[in-house]
Parts: sequence; structure tokens; C-alpha cells
Amino acid sequence: MSKIKTRKGAPYARILGVGGYRPTRVVPNEVILETIDSSDEWIRSRSGIETRHWANDEETVAAMSIEASGKAIADAGIRAEQIGAVVVSTVSHFSQTPAVATEIADKLGTNQAAAFDISAGCAGFGYALTLAKGMVVDGSAEYVLVIGVERLSDLTDLEDRTTAFLFGDGAGAVIVGPSEEPHIGPTVWGSEGDKSDTIKQTVPWNEFRLGDVSQLPLDGKGNVKFPAITQEGQAVFRWAVFEMAKVAQQALDAAGITPDDLDVFIPHQANVRIIDSMVKTLKLPEHVTVARDIRTTGNTSAASIPLAMERLLATGEAKSGDTALVIGFGAGLVYAATVVTLP
Amino acid sequence: MAATQEEIVAGLADIVNEIAGIPVEDVQLDKSFTDDLDVDSLSMVEVVVAAEERFDVKIPDDDVKNLKTVGDATDYILKHQG
Repeated sequence: MSKIKTRKGAPYARILGVGGYRPTRVVPNEVILETIDSSDEWIRSRSGIETRHWANDEETVAAMSIEASGKAIADAGIRAEQIGAVVVSTVSHFSQTPAVATEIADKLGTNQAAAFDISAGCAGFGYALTLAKGMVVDGSAEYVLVIGVERLSDLTDLEDRTTAFLFGDGAGAVIVGPSEEPHIGPTVWGSEGDKSDTIKQTVPWNEFRLGDVSQLPLDGKGNVKFPAITQEGQAVFRWAVFEMAKVAQQALDAAGITPDDLDVFIPHQANVRIIDSMVKTLKLPEHVTVARDIRTTGNTSAASIPLAMERLLATGEAKSGDTALVIGFGAGLVYAATVVTLP
Repeated sequence: MAATQEEIVAGLADIVNEIAGIPVEDVQLDKSFTDDLDVDSLSMVEVVVAAEERFDVKIPDDDVKNLKTVGDATDYILKHQG
């Protein structure tokens, strides 16, 4: 048997820069109330959401990603051609193939970086970050661009009063690169496919090609509805708060970090009630800064953690070098939690 | 030892007080969680999880929607407690 040579990468990896892009159109709850029977007070009390951003035709998944990535690259102080891999987590890029990551890698001016998309719903950022860390440490890439991007307004049923207000659009990106010290902890991640019905797309795409649309859901005007994301609110809430608090604790334990050591908590921005209950269940001390970007960004799935990270750093609520617990959880069901040093 | 109906109502009153800030004396068998006690669907999940722990009972998601009143929850716990 021949001996296969391997490459060796950096001793450790870290997040070197972060960038975000929020679409220009700000959508207040009043707009949502045009299509559902609800109230501003109800939406705020159930979700914490006051406004969200919805993308226009020019703000495509690729365009938003490129904007966010440009900022992350500048923040990291590197050049695009140093990026060896681009990993995009999204569920709302509607061209099945090719992956949007290749277009992004090209337009950013990388030197033919490896580029691919992953599908891990609201845990996508943690999944992609874990892949990026592995690539940096095994030498597959010196710098990896991780992007979470969604246009969930395209997958929102505006007539569904339980979800119409929930989702937003945007892109968040980080650069992961080499480090002499560990700055990304072990990932605690997994999937619970037995709960796949808890959060899902209403109708799979292939239902539309059969010609027989009689079984498909219709809107108020009798037109076939585009697929949307639907969820069982109470089941999601219970799982997110109580099961994910355990996962978050495991990620702290795996990194050897106590709640007292922690500076920042950046959970997936699913719902402010989930965030508040998680904080309570985890018994996080008062000094820990908690991301509540959902209030003005909505739930942007894979983009929510890097967007919230970018905002906390931009507003000065968090600072470079802070120790942050990040946890994503969502459709699958899937989850991923880890402790990172903020860039 | 299994809890009595009175103990369950008192326990639920503590839980509802803790989660929704409702005075314990307002938590009576005929009270609706959502209409009378200001416990919305998400707070109800927190009430259920706290009750599961306190009374050693499992209340699956599918059963939660049937627990409209304090009396419904009390009966459920009486019947299913470990």
C-alpha cells in the first residue's frame, strides 16, 4: 500500500472578520397586518419583532452575500484572492444548481476558491463555521468565507397569521482563518429527523411539475400558493427553549467556559420569547450581553447569527476579543452550538 | 406520593404566578389560561414544562392544546402523574 502524503494547516482557527447586509426596505408590522387578522401588540408580544427587512429584485441572494462578504473581508484585513473556500448556508436560493457560492466566489475575485452551498436551516451558520474550522486546520484553505443568507420573504405565506410576521431577509458573513491559539470551541451539533414535520416547506417543488394542481393550497384569489415555511409553534418553542438550552450548556462545557466567563450570547434570532426563555433556563449572569437583533431584523434563518454578531460589534454592545456562545437551531430539526472569540 | 387535586392547583398557581405574574389566588379550576390568566400559547409551553417537572408527568405537545382551563390541566396531571 502506498503512503499518502497529507497537508498540515494552522494549529487552530478563529473568526477574523464579520460583515452584514440588510435590505434597504424596512417593513413595519402595519404592512404585515394588511394580509392577516392580528395586531402590532400581538406580533410584538409573541415574537418581539417590530420591523424586518425585505429584499427588492436587485437584492438577490448572491448580491446580498457579496455585500456582506466585502465587509467581512475588509474587517478581516485580507484580500479576496487569499480565500480558499466559500461556504454558503441558505434555503432560499431558488436555482437548484449550480450552487450560489460559485457566483459569489467569482464576483468577489477569489482565485477559483472551492465553493458550495449547504442546507442546514437556522443552524446553517454553525454547520458552515464547523466546516470552515476543519478546512483551516487541515490545510484545505488558509481563509474560508462563511455566509448565511436568506430571502425568506419569498418563502413566507402572508396569509398565515402564525408566520407572516416572522421572517426577514439579509446576509451575514465571516472570514475564518489561521490562529496560534484556539478561538473556536468544539461544536455540539446534531439532527432530529423524527421531528422533520415541526418546521417544513408547505409543498415540495416537484408537486408543481405534475400538472395536477388540484391538491395544492390556494390563496384568497384562487391562485396556487408558492411554497412557504410552516411550523408548529408550541412544539418548536418547547424544543428550542428546553432542549437547546441543554445543547448550549454542552457547548460551554466542551469549551471549558463557565457562564461567568461568557461575555456575549448570540442565539439564532428565532423569536425574542425563545431567546428570553433560553437566557432564563441557562441562568446566564446579568453581565452577559444577549443579542436581540430579531426586533428590527426578523428571523433570517442562517443569516441571523452573523447579522446579530455584526450589529453587536457595530453598536459597541460587544467588543473584539469577547467570548461568545453561539447556537443555531431549526428545520430538520438540526442544531449547532459553539463558543467563539469575537473578531 | 401522588399529588391531590388541591396540591396540583396550588402548584399550578405557583407556576402561573412565576411565569405570567398572575396572583396565585386568581388561579382557580374554572379559569382559562389564555382568556382569564394572560397565559399565551408560548407561556403555556413554559407552564407545561414546569408542571411536568413538578408533578413527574409527561404532557406531549399534542395534548397541550386540550388544556384550556386550570381544571383541564389538573385533571390531566391527576390522571397521568407518576
